[in-house]
Amino acid sequence: MDTKDQHGRTRSSSAARAAAAAPARKRRRPRLLLAAGAAAAFTLTAGLATPLNPAPQQAEAKDDGKKTLTVAVAQSVDSLSPFIAQRLLSTSIHRLTYEYLTNYDAKDNHSIPAFATKWEPSADKLTWTYTIRPNSKWSDGKKATAEDAAWTFNKIMSKEGTATPNSNFVTNFKKVTAPSPTKLVVELKKPQSTMAALDIPIVPKHVWEKVDDISKFNNDKDFPVVGNGPFILTDFKVDQYVKLKANKDFWRGAPKFDELVFKTYKDQDAAVAALKKGEVSFVAGQPALTPAQANGLKGEPDIKVNEGPGRRFFALATNPGARTLDGKKFGDGHPALLDKRVRQALFLSVDRKTIVDKVFQGNAVEGAGYIPPRFSEYAWKPSPDQELRYDPKRAAALLDEAGYKKKGGKRVGKDGRPLDFRILCHATDPNDKAVGKYLKEWWGDLGIGLKVNCLDDVSVPWYAGEYDLAFDGWSVNPDPDFVLGIHTCPTLPEKAKESAATDNFICDKKFDQLYDKQLAEYDPDKRAALVKQMQSWLYDSGYMNVMAYPNAVEAYRTDQIKSITTMPSAAGNIYGQDGYWSWWSAVPASGKSSSDGGSSTGVIIGIAVAAVVLAGGGALIALRRRSTAEDRE
Amino acid sequence: MTGGERNPAAILAAEAEAKDAASGGPADPAGLRGRGPRAGNTAAYLQYVAGKLGGALISMFAVLVTSFFLFRLIPGDPVKQMTGGRRVSSEQLEAMRAEFGLDQPVWKQFTDYCGNVLTGDFGTSYQFHTPVLEKITDALGPTLWLTGTAYVLYTLIGIWLGTRTAWRHGRFGDRFHTGLALTLYSVPSFWLGLLLIITFSVGVGPLPGMFPTGGMESGDESGFAYVVDVAHHMVLPVVTLVAVGYAQTLLVMRSSLLDEMGSDYLTTARAKGLRDDLVRRRHAVPNALLPTVTLMFVNLGTVVAGAILVETVFSWPGLGGLFYQALSVPDLPLVQGLFFVFATAVILMNTVADVIYPLLDPRVGR
Repeated sequence: MDTKDQHGRTRSSSAARAAAAAPARKRRRPRLLLAAGAAAAFTLTAGLATPLNPAPQQAEAKDDGKKTLTVAVAQSVDSLSPFIAQRLLSTSIHRLTYEYLTNYDAKDNHSIPAFATKWEPSADKLTWTYTIRPNSKWSDGKKATAEDAAWTFNKIMSKEGTATPNSNFVTNFKKVTAPSPTKLVVELKKPQSTMAALDIPIVPKHVWEKVDDISKFNNDKDFPVVGNGPFILTDFKVDQYVKLKANKDFWRGAPKFDELVFKTYKDQDAAVAALKKGEVSFVAGQPALTPAQANGLKGEPDIKVNEGPGRRFFALATNPGARTLDGKKFGDGHPALLDKRVRQALFLSVDRKTIVDKVFQGNAVEGAGYIPPRFSEYAWKPSPDQELRYDPKRAAALLDEAGYKKKGGKRVGKDGRPLDFRILCHATDPNDKAVGKYLKEWWGDLGIGLKVNCLDDVSVPWYAGEYDLAFDGWSVNPDPDFVLGIHTCPTLPEKAKESAATDNFICDKKFDQLYDKQLAEYDPDKRAALVKQMQSWLYDSGYMNVMAYPNAVEAYRTDQIKSITTMPSAAGNIYGQDGYWSWWSAVPASGKSSSDGGSSTGVIIGIAVAAVVLAGGGALIALRRRSTAEDRE
Repeated sequence: MTGGERNPAAILAAEAEAKDAASGGPADPAGLRGRGPRAGNTAAYLQYVAGKLGGALISMFAVLVTSFFLFRLIPGDPVKQMTGGRRVSSEQLEAMRAEFGLDQPVWKQFTDYCGNVLTGDFGTSYQFHTPVLEKITDALGPTLWLTGTAYVLYTLIGIWLGTRTAWRHGRFGDRFHTGLALTLYSVPSFWLGLLLIITFSVGVGPLPGMFPTGGMESGDESGFAYVVDVAHHMVLPVVTLVAVGYAQTLLVMRSSLLDEMGSDYLTTARAKGLRDDLVRRRHAVPNALLPTVTLMFVNLGTVVAGAILVETVFSWPGLGGLFYQALSVPDLPLVQGLFFVFATAVILMNTVADVIYPLLDPRVGR
């Protein structure tokens, strides 16, 4: 019922008509006002982007002519302290802001001068003397000396620094001294061939000695942070950005970009969108752009997709029988895998080419030796006779020879136990799942059962030794010591199921002897030969089957970055290098820099004020219209 | 109270308004004008409030216990996670376990944890080496800006559209808005967010990119320009959250108003000759708001938890993303702290809703 017909108040006919019409108008007006307001707000806020906004947006260099290079990254900074940081983003920032004793050559990764200009061991191999660069100074103007390096190393060697990420470099150090500003002396307990590859940022003693507890100091409150690298850390906002400015006094020469910004994009698709728009200059793959993302960018103007040999390997590891340091066995690995022939049969039935083509869609290199081929000095390949190439027939013969005959389509051992394996898979890694499907098919044809066990955190069954096989992978450093060391006996856990440094419970006297030899070998060629022998042993053992070396796939805007150095320089990656070459060497394209997606302050303020005034006015009118004379009776 | 119940208080108020017709003053059906509980019932009300507050405290203690023990069931060795796969000696591992108190028996860890929480100390994050409280307060502001703004907008839009659709029940507008709201409610928020980024950030065809692709600020602004810059970055994530969030309020409001629409007190109001929109705004809506108020407080409690997917898509530095990072390690102190904060916010908001509800509906708590 229409109550308005019952008002019974006297008024002129026109007024009555108006009154009758009013509600209908009033019904529409708030809706219209709201819709108009929303549209206006959206449009005005949109106007906060650059006026006459082109798409993709390419902001000009700022008024002061500052050239900014913005890098989209997915990781969060865990800490800006070199004594705490572990993540790639954080350690990459330290590479840019502090000097290390040595650097790695962009061409072939060999050690080259950095904070130290030269280094030499004593005849007994137990003392290393470094000559420190005389022309390096901290960003606060003070001179950087050997005293800073000695203080840094001693701090890590102290009880306070026990748990710091770089402590593994100094566990073999006996004493570190600085007899003069340009001389650093490190005494060792036993020979250590990695002394020209100490990845430890040297910090300014005069700043850091004032820190009460380095285990709790994150170096993220006072800016600019005092450093002596090619860039100076100027600002940081958690999960938003890290800003650095070029160090004009850097001894090797100032970077060409004035400012370097690492901007957080937690979603890689959004980061790719930002690159297309021109908001960022570079997108780092985490660890690589997906094939779909890379293919989508390849057709875009002014964008270059960089594909280079990666530093990771993607492997299958077998459980060799978990045990403690004193030989106590634990876990429930399948006993059949203790037979080398069974392990080799498994790897003979893995088609690496298919994995590279189908799973990695060509963005990887077929696996062979343990060290990826980009580290040419140490990379190793099996000879044709030694190679365990895809050969199901040979695999079947090996299994027969090992006593696992096929019965009713299943391989069964002499004890009657079928060859049914479990493989640990990282639920977060689509490559694991995809390869798992292929393995089920290939090994199924051989009569081997496989259960792909995908978990968010594989570490629990792994440390407990409760697995048969596992997908495994590591990022390899220019110096291979670390990735080789994780397969030595001393890294086994002291107690069953306890976490330890071992990767996969491998413990073999011959391998350990080779490891100790290479660590004590100071001749590069002889050491490389020993490292290759270790890889050959690993390959034959069947404990680690390297299936692929995934490529680094990343992209940048050529209208913002004219040129940039990859590592290795012939073909390699840009983000996460072992040196500072990429960002230090990057040359801006003329007149362009990455946009911040914003606009000039004046325009922003003007438009915002207009929006506020309009919104306020609209609200007033709406309220005013609601309150008619009739309502106010 | 269910939406189907009529509100006697509102009927009484409508009668009161009839006596007061000359003034044209609106009815005050639920005693919202600061009258509070009637004097005779103050003691009963206070007893009711005390009961609710006691329940809230017990719930918070239960959350404390649950957060401590539940997250110890998460597989993984925190110390091993902290070392990030580095080669570390047993001595180093032991030192780290001692540093974080992980070498103590579980009961000792629990009593220490409870004692520390009472002083506002949630421990130190394993991965960030920063006090948990500092990490939470850092991310709380951005989250409240984002989800708080979205909350206000979707609540207002939901109430407004819910009212309109119910009042014109069965018409095209009702079907259209209800259908649209349900469709948007069903859309995955991250997908909608990406769609908005592609359309309004990058630009499609002749439509230029208008908004930033992510983040909370450009990093170059200060003062008022900074506020505007943040607002500019907020548009798309807020639109995403509002689009997927307003349906709930709309449907509750619509349903409860439909229940009120046949009530006698509305007939009385119309019989007095009041205009249709006055009947709606001043008589029907205040009573229909009761279930919506409950929903508003429940939603308000979840505002603190942020929006993991939307925060991720738009790289918003809030608590949702922080919680995800904490779980992925697992960073026990940070997970526990966040869980406690989230749960406490929900408990507190529910308690507030319980406490004010008798003021809105005199039958509650009597």
